[in-house]
Amino acid sequence: MPEWKELIRRQLAELHLTPEREAEIAEELAQHAEDRYKELKLSGVSDAEALRLTLNEVLDEKAMASGLRDVERTDVPEPVVLGAGARGHFLSGVGQDLRYGIRTLRQNVGFSALAILALALGIGANTAIFSVVNGVLLQPLAYPDSTRLVNIYETGPDFSRGSVAYPNYLDWRRENHSFSEMGAYRSDDFNLTGSGRPEQVSGGYVTASLLPALGVKPLLGHSFRPEDDRQGTGCTVMLSYSFWQGRFGAERNILGKTLTLNARNCVVIGVLPASFQFSQTAQVYLPIEQLASATLRTRDSHPGLRVVGRLRPAVNIQSARGEMEAIAKALAQQYPATNALNSAAVVPMKDDTVGNVRPVLLLLVGAVTFVLIIACANVANLLLARSTARKREFAIRAALGAEGWRVVRQLLTESVLLSLGGAAVGLPLAKWGTTLLLAAAPGNLPRSGEVGIDMYVLLFTLIVSLVTGILCGLAPALHIAKINPQESLKEGTRGAGGGRHRIEGIFVALETCLAVILLAGSALMIQSVWRLWQVNPGFTVSNILTMQVAVSPKVMASPLGIRTALQQLVQRVEMLPGVQAAALTSLLPLGESDSEIAFWLGNGPQPAPEQMKSVVFYVVSPDYPAVMQIPLLRGRVLTEHDDLSSTPVALIDDVMARQIFPGVDPIGRQITLIALGTVQIVGVVGHVKQWGLDSDDRNKIRSQVYFPLLQVPDKFMSDGVTSLTLMLRSKGEPLSFLPSVRAAVAGPTDDQPVYAVRAMKDVIAGSLAGRRFMMLVLIVFASVALLLAAVGIYGVMSYAVTRRTNELGVRSALGASHWQIVGLVLRQGMGLAGVGLIVGLTASVMLTRFMGSLLYGVGAGDPLTLLAVTLVLGVVAMLACVLPARRATAVDPVIALRSE
Amino acid sequence: MSPEWKKGSAELLLLSLIESVPRHGYEIGKLIEQRSQGALRFHAASLYPLLYRLEKRGWVQGKWVEKAGQRRRRYYNLTAQGRKVLAAQRKGWESFVLAISRVTGAENA
Repeated sequence: MPEWKELIRRQLAELHLTPEREAEIAEELAQHAEDRYKELKLSGVSDAEALRLTLNEVLDEKAMASGLRDVERTDVPEPVVLGAGARGHFLSGVGQDLRYGIRTLRQNVGFSALAILALALGIGANTAIFSVVNGVLLQPLAYPDSTRLVNIYETGPDFSRGSVAYPNYLDWRRENHSFSEMGAYRSDDFNLTGSGRPEQVSGGYVTASLLPALGVKPLLGHSFRPEDDRQGTGCTVMLSYSFWQGRFGAERNILGKTLTLNARNCVVIGVLPASFQFSQTAQVYLPIEQLASATLRTRDSHPGLRVVGRLRPAVNIQSARGEMEAIAKALAQQYPATNALNSAAVVPMKDDTVGNVRPVLLLLVGAVTFVLIIACANVANLLLARSTARKREFAIRAALGAEGWRVVRQLLTESVLLSLGGAAVGLPLAKWGTTLLLAAAPGNLPRSGEVGIDMYVLLFTLIVSLVTGILCGLAPALHIAKINPQESLKEGTRGAGGGRHRIEGIFVALETCLAVILLAGSALMIQSVWRLWQVNPGFTVSNILTMQVAVSPKVMASPLGIRTALQQLVQRVEMLPGVQAAALTSLLPLGESDSEIAFWLGNGPQPAPEQMKSVVFYVVSPDYPAVMQIPLLRGRVLTEHDDLSSTPVALIDDVMARQIFPGVDPIGRQITLIALGTVQIVGVVGHVKQWGLDSDDRNKIRSQVYFPLLQVPDKFMSDGVTSLTLMLRSKGEPLSFLPSVRAAVAGPTDDQPVYAVRAMKDVIAGSLAGRRFMMLVLIVFASVALLLAAVGIYGVMSYAVTRRTNELGVRSALGASHWQIVGLVLRQGMGLAGVGLIVGLTASVMLTRFMGSLLYGVGAGDPLTLLAVTLVLGVVAMLACVLPARRATAVDPVIALRSE
Repeated sequence: MSPEWKKGSAELLLLSLIESVPRHGYEIGKLIEQRSQGALRFHAASLYPLLYRLEKRGWVQGKWVEKAGQRRRRYYNLTAQGRKVLAAQRKGWESFVLAISRVTGAENA
């Protein structure tokens, strides 16, 4: 039979087709010619005639050439092999890479799922932490032009950022030229009556200038006008958005209605927008001049007034600071008795709001970055293992002309696809994680309401996942690019590739190292929290119930009425079965508030400010030490007879006894408390860690004075009772007493509410909330890190065992025992973990220093912690090696050798 | 039949032959000859360039298919676009034939 193909090719030559196309056409036409030739022969035509006819029909030179010329001339050759064409255009073929990448990843579902899961953990955790950082630290405060807002404090020898005396605020506002507006706020609680059960609502007194200073406009109605904020005018009130929604069902015609707050009728003039978060808890706002309190009128009392200012456009914070200090200096000269030692501090509002949490959040960012790096290293190792299996594929491509960078790009495309998949899975995880984070976060996390997944968070996640994808894919891609295609084609599917194992080892050591740092961090936090729980606060924590109480508005007008109501309230509670003792205090130990008073020795006239000292000040009913079980060290405790008709007395704590009366018996000595008068010291009790289990020792003001409630002068009575805390010691679970205590407090008139109910142990837990939060987050991160590291070690070791099957077979054929084989595998695995451990321990000693103030009673390089970390990691690494090691012992020498 | 007639209808013939089954070039040529009872004949020299042109326009698609015991052959099938073109051409042809028969038949009636 003639060589049709050759004949045809010769004819096609003049068309100058690409070799591929020419071969294709030649094959098809040759096939046709053969068919025709056979057919002709079958019909009885002679060989020579069949050949002539076929040549005539199929190879009709002119017709064929001209017919094809039109069609084929403009043909562009298709790229035969991925990576061969489109030289020079970096982005060309990206679509092809993507399609190919998706197909490859889908072919290996198990691998892809594992990688995506690891990355989802890393990316999700990062997104969650970033959404908190974004909401709290990065976003501007929710006020117009918020960078011009500042907080202004009074400063003194004992306090660097103290609350402001109202007369001082008035002078500041009048004298300054730096601020376009200045306003003040004081939080307070109100007894809401007149509609159903009496109810305690939290709220605040504001100056009429506060909302204009912040740039906030009401949602409904209008803000306070200057005339609303004057003594003697009718009471007006503005409602928070949530209170208006929750309590009044978002009623539109709420304006003009009257609320009875602390027995005063206040007309609703406005509702604030939902975004107004100046106070996270306040439900109602009243003009500050409605606060009928003597403390508001004196410069020596600092009734929790918070002052904000809006800088004029051309004024910077330094010059405002200078002016405020000058004004304070002038006031100090004018009122030396109260202002001599005080000045003013101007702090940007945002720094002030979030400054405390910044170090903690940055620490979390560091920790969560470690988790991501570990996930990254794990996925890189998975990709590396797989790229070895794909060596032939890439070698073929390279042999067909694919350039190195095209292969690198293909691998990077795949790893970026994986990380984008991780981001897609990680985002819901992050949303869930953010909710968990906020739920676990201490209640005082500022701006927590502003945390959420917004555009910035999504952008962050996108960038993180792209970078992650590139980082994960880089090592395997570069590794593959270096491979000599000829060798790997010769080698078959199995190959040594020493470089790869070195990189893998480094990754595993890196993972271990980072896991160790996170483990050390969480171990230090666990120890700190545990040690803090062991700290004796100075009283017995268990079985104490605490709650705030308010007296009936009906008796508020008369100091005697208030006193009687309080006494009867305590008596009713003490008579309840199961209640051992009950008492009232003005200050809850380890709570969030503070109260100080200045005093001087003896009963002389008030000396210069620098000769006075400040003490922590408690106003308590007689049984307070009994409820708290604070030990009496000398003298006597307070009794019901310490009232207005007897000599004013006080208890002091042993810190004050040592500091103020060193070497002398303080019993019987006199001190004079500013505004209250001279008292006689009748007893010394143990010190209570008022400022917190950890920080009390470091506080400047530690001396404590207990003043009898029944000796509070009439003029302070109505102020003093706005926030009293009832404490009771119960037999058994304190919270179970709440219903009966609530009824006993409400009294016969049923108009005395209780609120802010907490067991004392929860108050202590609250004081540790920040640390406990950090501890929980670090434990979660460390666990994830440990898990990922274990998976990493396991993966590398199982691969190592597979690779060494022959060697292990030979060894066991030569008589190595199971234990020797296990030892061999363990040595390799534990070697890697060991390197990571040593580097990690060193790094953790350096890095955990940054946890500084979060640690308590334990140093960054604590040997016990390092030992514990070593043990945990050792056990986990051992477990990760044991499975592959056991498989190694199961190698049958015969089979292993046969495969050679 | 005159070459002009053939040229105008060649595309329609090819497309309709592979409408339901993919066929290779030789088979297509054979079928045209058989079904037209020898009236129409396409030689390879005109058949293949036409097939390649149709393929280039995206109306047909050629695929190498290997069957047991045979050399591989290139089979052509109709693409979605080709299917649309076929329907349009068929309609055009029918109305053309109808128009012609009306003109030519009217004289004889």
